[in-house]
Amino acid sequence: MKNILGREIPEYIEGYGTVKAFKGAFASLREVERKAVKLQSAEPTEKKVLSSIKDAIEKCTIKDGMTVSFHHHLRNGDYVLNMVLEELSKTGIKDIRVAASSIFPVHAPLVEHMKSGMVTGICANYMSGPVAEAISRGELKYPAIMHTHGGRARAIESGDISIDIAFIAAPTCDTYGNINGVEGKSACGTLGYAVPDAMYAEKVVAITDNLIPYPACPIEITQEYIDFVVEVESIGDPNGIVSGTTQITKDPVGLKIAKMTSEVIEASGLLKKGFSFQTGAGGTSLAVADYVKKLMQQKDIKGSFAAGGITGYMVEMFEEGLFESLFDVQCFDLKAVESYRENKRHQNMSASMYGNPHNKGAVVNNLDVMILGATEIDTAFNANVTTGSNGMIMGGSGGHSDTAAGAKLAIVVTQLVKGRLPIVVDDVTTVTTPGETIDVLVTERGIAVNPKRQDLIEKLEKTKLPIMSIEELKQIAEKMTGTPEKIEAEDQLVAVIEYRDGTVIDTVKKI
Amino acid sequence: MERLRRTMLFMPGNNPSMLQNAGILGADSIILDLEDAVSITEKDAARILVRNAIKNVEFYGTEVVVRINPLSSSFGLKDVEEIAKAKPDAIMVPKATEEDIQIVDEMLSSIETQEGFPHGSIKIFPLIETAYGLENIDSIIRTSSRAIGVLLGAEDLTADLGIKRTREGEEIFYARSKVASTCRACKVDAIDTPFADMNDCRGFNKDIHKAKSLGLTGKAAINPRQVDTIHEVFAPAEEEIKYALRVIKAMEEAQREGKGVFSLDGKMVDAPIIARAQNVVKKAKLAGLV
Repeated sequence: MKNILGREIPEYIEGYGTVKAFKGAFASLREVERKAVKLQSAEPTEKKVLSSIKDAIEKCTIKDGMTVSFHHHLRNGDYVLNMVLEELSKTGIKDIRVAASSIFPVHAPLVEHMKSGMVTGICANYMSGPVAEAISRGELKYPAIMHTHGGRARAIESGDISIDIAFIAAPTCDTYGNINGVEGKSACGTLGYAVPDAMYAEKVVAITDNLIPYPACPIEITQEYIDFVVEVESIGDPNGIVSGTTQITKDPVGLKIAKMTSEVIEASGLLKKGFSFQTGAGGTSLAVADYVKKLMQQKDIKGSFAAGGITGYMVEMFEEGLFESLFDVQCFDLKAVESYRENKRHQNMSASMYGNPHNKGAVVNNLDVMILGATEIDTAFNANVTTGSNGMIMGGSGGHSDTAAGAKLAIVVTQLVKGRLPIVVDDVTTVTTPGETIDVLVTERGIAVNPKRQDLIEKLEKTKLPIMSIEELKQIAEKMTGTPEKIEAEDQLVAVIEYRDGTVIDTVKKI
Repeated sequence: MERLRRTMLFMPGNNPSMLQNAGILGADSIILDLEDAVSITEKDAARILVRNAIKNVEFYGTEVVVRINPLSSSFGLKDVEEIAKAKPDAIMVPKATEEDIQIVDEMLSSIETQEGFPHGSIKIFPLIETAYGLENIDSIIRTSSRAIGVLLGAEDLTADLGIKRTREGEEIFYARSKVASTCRACKVDAIDTPFADMNDCRGFNKDIHKAKSLGLTGKAAINPRQVDTIHEVFAPAEEEIKYALRVIKAMEEAQREGKGVFSLDGKMVDAPIIARAQNVVKKAKLAGLV
């Protein structure tokens, strides 16, 4: 069958189940139900601390076909996923599903567990490195499921993903399972992505390298969700967990795009008292923040909040009084970790509070402006952040689709040509985020506004900005590069791209 | 067509991705460099690349100038021969002398005839970077009607003079003044030497203001990030534009009323004030500020 975007999708997928076709970004908002959680209540005298991951696995009663979950706040420094899977592999268990909020190059050993048949399913919101490449080559038994950050929280709350055991990497944990991410040698800041796992998994194991006496303070994930606590020597490599600094781009083309983007924001009329803003940690996105910061200073504008994964740069804007508050699901650098620890207006948010479409209102709904990237964007404004130009999986939505759907103004910023390839195309290789939720595309050679935003087109046409149709941008790009040949993919499905509401927006085929 | 030349941005002639983006960086002119930015082993490759870039890359109306190698080197003449056929807006001649300008002018004339380009369409930009060049700017410019401006190259000039180049630039006070004054007399643009330290924002700002105050009309840039700052300094200030527009309005009113002399804010307005105001408005219009 075809979904509303014309993408061909099967009605049933082995290892996934019956497919619900994407029907539009807001078509599924309705009465929903959360699943009930089965749990083992604790007796007053029970102790939670166990001596090893092996003990925890034994206590949790593992079984073939189960789902184990992980969160990605330790990013490319994470040891926990590898340690747990290594221990599981010694038990002879098979056919398990790994539900990790994101997968990084550090998780390369997972490829061997895929080959051995221990891991036959994976879901993640983002993946890069050897695991993503192996999946693209068809080395996982069932297609991987790619969620959005908010969509993963929704899937867990609704029971679409039923987690048997959640393993929570805990930078600090007390002996009765109270966790925070701001202290200890592996401090990573907030733990927003782990919250749904803790609340909805049948068994929850905290794995920490900073076990402290009861009670921890502050507490972000609380004791009533935690079954067991395991102390290990190290949960991660600090160098991979957070980068020391995040830097604004020095690339003149990136800077030009950023400046034009700030002018679009200014012309939109949204840059006023109470302004709310989110941007990623990439160099061009940070440069947009820098230009927005200057505009806010010049015009003496006090914003309401900045959200997302928080960088030191957003912290600087916050500390200068340009925002009342920060909403933080994940700290990107040490400065953000410190700010979250020290400043009560730097607040955490869970993945559900951040972007789940099926709760009573996510933070993304309160966003004025969101700055997004894209590896490709088509003339219907559909954006791909999942696959690269060679068709390989090299990313995923993360919060892309969630914020695009929620923000009043969702702007994709990108160079028009990257690596000799045009970025604006007739059809993206993979649709990650539907075009109906993207308002503007800013490139160094011109700006295209989604025709459904006539109000914005009128405002921008009054400026000196180079406004043109997205087809014109495509022509400019193709004049420079020629039209690239289509990637030849095989028939085998390797990944299912779920929109945030659980419908299937696209699939990825084997390369 | 009269054009603004507040910034002339140097771009290495052997970097394809930079050449591809050269026209979108906001500079009034770009100087595609075949000389110092290109190592001796890359000279012919860069020449081919720049020639093809001029033919094929969209520069969005940015003036395209190519700095050739010195005519005294074995590359200079070949550079002119190859590049002129692609019809750049101008050729920049390093360490220029009257003789060099004469040779380039004649070569351009013959290539223009051969290729069917209008005569005189490719301009010349002498680079003044020797004591000889500095003391003979006037005759160098007047050697060819193609000369549209002069770039002062302070690094080579101070080396030739055997003096130290400093951040403050006192040692080039005379050179800057001489270039500014002579260019004004010859009615061509006077472009200041670039500022090298990208991390010294305050020094950079002072340096641009110094150049402007001495009468230079623009400044070379060696990094795209320098462009906006130079434009800000060389653009007429908002107050200046407002005042100039008021002067012109008052002048037009006075003309309608048949008054020979008139006053604005209680001060007499005479011919030099009107000429200055007209100049400010013209610059502001070219810069898109009015």
